[in-house]
Amino acid sequence: MNAYVSAILQGAVLTVGVSVAALLVSIALGLLGAGAKLSGRPVWVGVATAYTTVIRGIPDLVLMLLIFYGGTIGLNNALEWMGSEATIDINPFVAGVLTLGFIYGAYMTETFRGAMLSIPKGQAEAAWAFGMGRTQTFVRITAPQMVRYALPGFTNNWLVLIKATALVSLIGLQEMTYAAKQASAATRSPFVFFLFTAGLFLVYTTVSLVALRRLNARFSLGTKRGTL
Amino acid sequence: MNFAVLLEAQNLALFGTGILTTLTLLLASLVVGAVMALVFALLLTGPWAVARWLVGAYTYVIRGTPLLIQVYLIYYGLGQLEWIQARWDSVWPWTHFKDPFFCALLAFALNTAGYTAEMLAGAIRETSAGEIEAAQAYGMSRFQVMLRIVLPSALRRTLPAYSNEVVMMLHATSLASAVPSLVDVTAAASSIYSQYYLPFEAYLAAAAIYLVASFCLIGLFKLGERRFLAYLAPRTH
Amino acid sequence: MKKLLLAVVLGALGTVSFAQGKDLKVAIDATYEPFTFKKDGKPTGFDVDIANALCEQIKRKCVFVEQGWDSMIPGLMARKYDVIISSMSVTEDRLKQIDFTDKYYNTPSRVVTKKAFNYTGPASLKGKKIGVLKASTQEKYALGELKTVGVDVVSYEAQDQVYLDIRAGRLDGTVADHVEVTGGFLSKPEGKDYELKGDELFIPKYFGIGAGIGLRKGQDALKNELNAAIKAIRGNGVYKKINDKYFTFDVYGK
Repeated sequence: MNAYVSAILQGAVLTVGVSVAALLVSIALGLLGAGAKLSGRPVWVGVATAYTTVIRGIPDLVLMLLIFYGGTIGLNNALEWMGSEATIDINPFVAGVLTLGFIYGAYMTETFRGAMLSIPKGQAEAAWAFGMGRTQTFVRITAPQMVRYALPGFTNNWLVLIKATALVSLIGLQEMTYAAKQASAATRSPFVFFLFTAGLFLVYTTVSLVALRRLNARFSLGTKRGTL
Repeated sequence: MNFAVLLEAQNLALFGTGILTTLTLLLASLVVGAVMALVFALLLTGPWAVARWLVGAYTYVIRGTPLLIQVYLIYYGLGQLEWIQARWDSVWPWTHFKDPFFCALLAFALNTAGYTAEMLAGAIRETSAGEIEAAQAYGMSRFQVMLRIVLPSALRRTLPAYSNEVVMMLHATSLASAVPSLVDVTAAASSIYSQYYLPFEAYLAAAAIYLVASFCLIGLFKLGERRFLAYLAPRTH
Repeated sequence: MKKLLLAVVLGALGTVSFAQGKDLKVAIDATYEPFTFKKDGKPTGFDVDIANALCEQIKRKCVFVEQGWDSMIPGLMARKYDVIISSMSVTEDRLKQIDFTDKYYNTPSRVVTKKAFNYTGPASLKGKKIGVLKASTQEKYALGELKTVGVDVVSYEAQDQVYLDIRAGRLDGTVADHVEVTGGFLSKPEGKDYELKGDELFIPKYFGIGAGIGLRKGQDALKNELNAAIKAIRGNGVYKKINDKYFTFDVYGK
């Protein structure tokens, strides 16, 4: 019994790892995508729109299977074509992180785009008039204000991301859900182990919610809220 | 790329079965889930604190745990419990738990009920206070206020968010492939992959099917919004 | 240009592992007691011990990679590992995709149902639900011989999930390897109402000639090394020692 519980707890560490890594990838892709959509240049807008539309139209699981099984074979074929003897093994962790990051990058794009649109354009224009470069403007003017608008959508995406990590078990990563499934089949007690894993997820989401609420409070300092 | 294999009769039939199962699961779980969501939303915004607390805890757990685990819990977990096992050969409704389709349906329905209930409850709470006061001034009972004033407007306001939820449910049905013997679109693609070792072709086909289905659903909801949320459309004259 | 592209791609991919060097990556499906299973979180079993013995013979280190059964062969072809030592039977269908060494054991498959059930052949199972492992030789047999006479064949991702559903009452029986089902199910408390039925199934059309080590085509050097190693451990008593640890008879078979 104990070996299985520790296997699940070790899997929990992997779950946290996959979700945090995927979050970073999705934030990066989200910022790029939002920037592309708001740039106004038709090529970028087209690419970003295609990205968000297609990703949000395919289930996470199918995309993961496509990237994991298809990707490895495709990459190895490409390597053979380039004349290399080496073989690349996309391990499930990397495949999971890339896929989840890729998928939630699309959702983050929409969240960040909405947040950026909420900031009056005049502020950015004033910054440029002052001689600030684009990056400086973004870091000092846009981003701090954007955080407050983006937080609800960001929180939502993060919570969904945490739960999507359970899918990575289906491509063989030995995170919580995988360990629970193995334990339950070997000991013939699925109820206990799946309930335990569900509990661990609940702890994870609760902690995230509390932390993000605190963050929301911190970034909302000084703003006035109408009383109903 | 060998797409020709996919067009062979038995593979097309497999995808056909998959599409049928996916759509049936989707429709059935949405209907059952919607009914449950309505009840839960009313309890969440109702006068009984115990009910509010219980339903609140339910939606909290549903929204805090992955759907995959919920499916496993219902399919494998419930099967382990002695009390249910003893009854499911003979006693209704426990006989249904033997059937994998029923287990998947239950898991999806409970899941969508949890999310939709919160959406609907939020919309109910945001009903304009003036409308409710006016209705009460007219002498309408609590039930009448709900039925005639609050619900029609709340249901309409939930429509955009619900369209998101429906598309999410379509994607969620791909998890039915984790239940043995259920052949949905993803399971059909996996089966072709393990038979012919063609991952790209099989999963691209599945992705295309889901994409088309998602677009159809979004289109349907846009039509629905045009009809039910017509009062929010920008003025044309 | 191609070399530059190669360098860029290799550099860009963070986690890469190169399949060269002394380690031999061995794929196992750790849900198949007593051949391959997990004890205290570590892989163990007949297959695992044989793999370790063979690795010692060819002087390489065995690194075990866990893999789901139905993507064993695709994983091998995608170069996730070098060999499959997981009770994989050598069949004609599989030989179309990959190569095998000589067999390292051969045990028959059997039908397993409740003791009370009167089994007189495939047709007597009509209308019953039989669970099998997806992409296994038993699945092939079940689809070929049982489904055609009206048996409801249900495929599972792992053999121990079949036992989970038998215990839960969703299945009436299974077709599985004789030794595996004895060690993984019948000898456990939940298997007490079940027993082996019918004859030993040695049909080569479905079950092949026994379990061999799977490798990619074109790896003759490795294949010859492993064949020599199998002969060596059969001859020097290491095989017998591992065999006797798990079984009371010689699983090498005919």
